[in-house]
Amino acid sequence: MTATHPEKLLAPVLSATWGEEKPWTLATYRAHDGYKGLHEALRMNPDDVIALVKDAGLRGRGGAGFPTGMKWQFIPQGDGKPHYLVVNADESEPGTCKDIPLLFANPHSLIEGMIIASWAIRCSHAFIYLRGETVPVLRRLHAAVQEAYDAGYLGQNVLGSGFDLDITVHAGAGAYICGEETALLDSLEGRRGQPRLRPPFPAVAGLYACPTVVNNVESIASVPAILHRGKDWFRSMGSEKSPGFTLYSLSGHVTNPGQYEAPLGVTLRQLLDISGGVREGHRLKFWTPGGSSTPMFTDQHLDVPLDYEGVGAAGSMLGTKALQVFDETTCVVRAVTRWTEFYAHESCGKCTPCREGTYWLVQLLRGIEAGEGVPGDLEKLQDIADNINGKSFCALGDGAASPIFSSLQFFRDEYEQHLRERRCPFDPSASTVWAGTRGRRNAAGKDRSPEDDPPGDRGRDGRNGDFDQSENGVMA
Amino acid sequence: MSATGHETAQHAVQLGLPELPAEPYPAEVRERLDPDAAAIVARYPQSRSALLPLLHLVQSEEGFVSRTGIRYCAEQLGLTTAEVTAVATFYTMYRRRPAGEYHVGVCTNTLCAVLGGDQIFAELQQHLGIGNNETTEDGSVSLEHIECNAACDYAPVVMVNWEFFDNQDPASAKQLVDDLRAGAEVTPTRGAKLCSFKETARILAGFPDGRPGAVDESGAGGAPSMAGLRLAHGETLPGTGPAKVVAPRQQESAEEPSETEGDEA
Repeated sequence: MTATHPEKLLAPVLSATWGEEKPWTLATYRAHDGYKGLHEALRMNPDDVIALVKDAGLRGRGGAGFPTGMKWQFIPQGDGKPHYLVVNADESEPGTCKDIPLLFANPHSLIEGMIIASWAIRCSHAFIYLRGETVPVLRRLHAAVQEAYDAGYLGQNVLGSGFDLDITVHAGAGAYICGEETALLDSLEGRRGQPRLRPPFPAVAGLYACPTVVNNVESIASVPAILHRGKDWFRSMGSEKSPGFTLYSLSGHVTNPGQYEAPLGVTLRQLLDISGGVREGHRLKFWTPGGSSTPMFTDQHLDVPLDYEGVGAAGSMLGTKALQVFDETTCVVRAVTRWTEFYAHESCGKCTPCREGTYWLVQLLRGIEAGEGVPGDLEKLQDIADNINGKSFCALGDGAASPIFSSLQFFRDEYEQHLRERRCPFDPSASTVWAGTRGRRNAAGKDRSPEDDPPGDRGRDGRNGDFDQSENGVMA
Repeated sequence: MSATGHETAQHAVQLGLPELPAEPYPAEVRERLDPDAAAIVARYPQSRSALLPLLHLVQSEEGFVSRTGIRYCAEQLGLTTAEVTAVATFYTMYRRRPAGEYHVGVCTNTLCAVLGGDQIFAELQQHLGIGNNETTEDGSVSLEHIECNAACDYAPVVMVNWEFFDNQDPASAKQLVDDLRAGAEVTPTRGAKLCSFKETARILAGFPDGRPGAVDESGAGGAPSMAGLRLAHGETLPGTGPAKVVAPRQQESAEEPSETEGDEA
């Protein structure tokens, strides 16, 4: 067994204090170097803060990976307009579950980062756009912002610096599209959350048509540590182009789902190795590197370095590092159908390819999953997805096409099996959490067909060798 | 289109006069809401930004966004009711019919669905005798299937009034709704003791939960939130130690007590 010591592989920074007494409070945050980065920043010229974050190489953690410091640098200075910082806490990408636990356990890391960013871009009013369906997090954000005001980190003349800053916590109302930054801005302006045509980019005309930085929660929360511990420390982790640490969220058919904070570039195999692997008695079938909008991977991709370049080179995207793991009991057509229903439901309706395309994808996929598909459906799926991808107004459409393309690429035979047998060959009860005990008994030799005869596997060329390899670590 | 298509709808088709404008809130309600609305508007550089929180506010008054609530928001912001309606109907959290006192959401996005959310949702519908987006006759519980709620490491997930009930199964979910209907005190795995749907909407409107200790309830997160941290500290997780025999989810509660104090709530 290629023993990787978890202590060496992992690097808790944002999550380092989560095990402490009430880590969401200012007292605990300060007891662990909290707000030291802010003191450092306020001693610096704002432009130097931007340069530092740029040199550190911090890249956006919300999916696209755009360099954070560069986003800040795009804000025109001396233009006489108010500047705004808007934090995108509308975490809704299927599979993504990093910002919510982060804000629940450590909201002050975000607030400190926001103050530093606001100082850097000369902003005096910043917003947190939190998705509304997470009231426990809203409660802690309300409390943390109040604590920060009471301690003089917010309000007039922050820590005697002469700089004023207000933070408004704004709860959304249930719309995935508001995670798209320009839709978020429209929503924050009290409108339907529909994306805007770009250019102009938010850096020039964002909130209220003023220069605006929109950053993901984790990106901003990573800033205080860079200020406090330096860019060299930050660059000592990860790779040249993808430096630093990040939260990987492991979920699905694994022994220990959860948050694993590590330097960029770890592999799924390493994470499964240290965390107990795929649930016992089962094997990896497919997974997403960064949420449902990132093309899915299979067991061929266990050693892909999970950083921006590595995942990109392997044909997907790092996205939000939402590692959703599905084992051989999962019907890929069912999974893709459900994701597609999600995109159809969340399509804002602004552009035709996405609005109409996702609708028709759902009709086709439901038919196939129900055993009512007809020859030609797969070509039609591919064709419709092709007419959405790159042709819709925003990235939601591209995201909707991703699972279609990638599942057809890796599991076309499984779709064909649905068409041929005119039914779904999977038993959904076998993939539930509570099927675990029964699954183990099966592994010990009892009957039950679905696990023993996983469809699709047979026809996947050149795969069988990988199953043996997967013994060392991937299987529990 | 013929009228037959509409006959199954709740309201019969009204021919002739357009719908009359909604009644305003009674004076005493307006007196109560006005200071809150002013406080919300004051948070923003431009008043229209207050629309989403104002809609949460009127939802906290009635348990849904009524035509009267829409009229109220429009009057506060100098918008037309059409403009407000366009926004209110875009977002799924604004309900067009009254929610139950406890609004139960079952995640049926892919990951939760596959891990059992579909079965939980089906069994809850049967157990409660209501369908998606319907409310029990006593008005205590409404049910809805929801999209991914950013808790995939705790799948399958059920939300009640937007507090987290993690790692559910059909039996625990049925027990949960039974407790809600019986008026028993119910504690989420992450979040504070439940308040009513209307009270929750008020928090969403931006008014902090004033209940003492509510912010601190339920700790920093359950076992999944702490998984990586524990490994980094040299601890073992269920199934990662020398004896790999544990099915984690079933054993969490038994194994957890000392490390993560927030977990047992």
